[in-house]
Amino acid sequence: MKTTLLTALLLATLALPTAHAADDSLYRAWGGKAGIRAVMDDFVPRLKADPRIGEFFKDTNGQHLASQLTEQLCQVAGGPCAYDGPDMKTAHAEMGVNRAHFNALVEQLQVSMAAKGIAFADQNRMLALLAPMHRDIVTPR
Amino acid sequence: MPSLPSLPTPSLTALALAALASALALPAHAGNGKLLLTGGVSTIDGAAGGGLTPWAVTGSYATQGEWGGTAFVTGAKTGNYGLRVMGAAVAWDDRLEFSLARQRLDTENNLAPLGLPGLQLEQDIVGVKWRVMGDAVLDSDSWVPQVAIGLLHKRAKANDLTPTLTGPLGAKRSGSELYASATKLWLAPGVLTNLTLRVTRANQNGLLGHGGAEDRRWQVMPEISVAKLLSPTLAVGVEARMKPNHLERSVLGTGALREQDWFDAFVAWAPNKHVSVTAAYVDLGAIAPAVQPKRQRGAYLSVQVAF
Repeated sequence: MKTTLLTALLLATLALPTAHAADDSLYRAWGGKAGIRAVMDDFVPRLKADPRIGEFFKDTNGQHLASQLTEQLCQVAGGPCAYDGPDMKTAHAEMGVNRAHFNALVEQLQVSMAAKGIAFADQNRMLALLAPMHRDIVTPR
Repeated sequence: MPSLPSLPTPSLTALALAALASALALPAHAGNGKLLLTGGVSTIDGAAGGGLTPWAVTGSYATQGEWGGTAFVTGAKTGNYGLRVMGAAVAWDDRLEFSLARQRLDTENNLAPLGLPGLQLEQDIVGVKWRVMGDAVLDSDSWVPQVAIGLLHKRAKANDLTPTLTGPLGAKRSGSELYASATKLWLAPGVLTNLTLRVTRANQNGLLGHGGAEDRRWQVMPEISVAKLLSPTLAVGVEARMKPNHLERSVLGTGALREQDWFDAFVAWAPNKHVSVTAAYVDLGAIAPAVQPKRQRGAYLSVQVAF
């Protein structure tokens, strides 16, 4: 009896993340990978041009960054992608990113999402998945 | 259609100029690192929040390591009363906020039966707020809200009503309120919720002093705000603010100065990080029902500039 219960619990625990990943409604709302890529292709040049945060991206290959971001957003949105770039903590270690930098990036993303016709509700669903990354990206004080 | 209050009096203008001057004296690179509307708007008491109730957010667009300031003018015109407010706030590090406000309630001819036609009820409010924990915006994977505690110290100037107010009615001219606010932005649906608990014994928010001859208890009053973001620049919402009723029994008779809860429905628009405009429909209940029994409903307009 005890074993059965334990097995059921284990199965339920395993089933949870699977069920979550199966929800690709946000991925589809963004127009799939092509839709995400279109936003990222708009977004990366804005990052480089932003006087507040452009410095962080001046030596970054724009095409490569757009590809990596596309994979990452595709994955968090429930799409069939596997982001294999560096984790956020490693990627931003020692960079001295503060809250104002992080929010500046969010603002540019909002501009790009609107420019590419992502509905406000779908913008916020994506932002809600990305926002917690501030803990790994913003350098602790 | 109620008209909005006329131009502020010189003393209010002076306060605004002083606030403006202090805001301009802030470091030239005053912060603008927060996202649009995430500093709320200016409450009638000066602290950042909704219109009638403070939130756990700090005013201005100053984030981590930054200073910022705001200044505002608010007018409300209900059926029989007019309220004008001016004030300013400075915030540091998205953590600490100092605020100032001056309120003036025009009682028009409502107090003529007491021999006080045209009476102006005024008060000055200084406030401080400290963000204790949490991030209302970015911690979107957690239900933990942003929490702040605040103190508002209020000093009323009831003019010709003062002898009655501090005499037979037994109210104190000045008093403090302590509050705790929890604000949470549910980012995916774009919904903001706030709960504030205010420890108070203020009468009509302090315009009629604090406490009364028959009732001096401190009470904890809940205040609730719910807002929905329609776009990055536009939010709509509703607020409800429960109020104490310490002048229920007084020498003027039971219920003569009965106080009722406040409600509002608002739309806030911030086209950029320098200005926001808030328009609302307010219901302030009956004010001094013995002389004016009508519920006081009307229009509210507030303009805030941020530095």
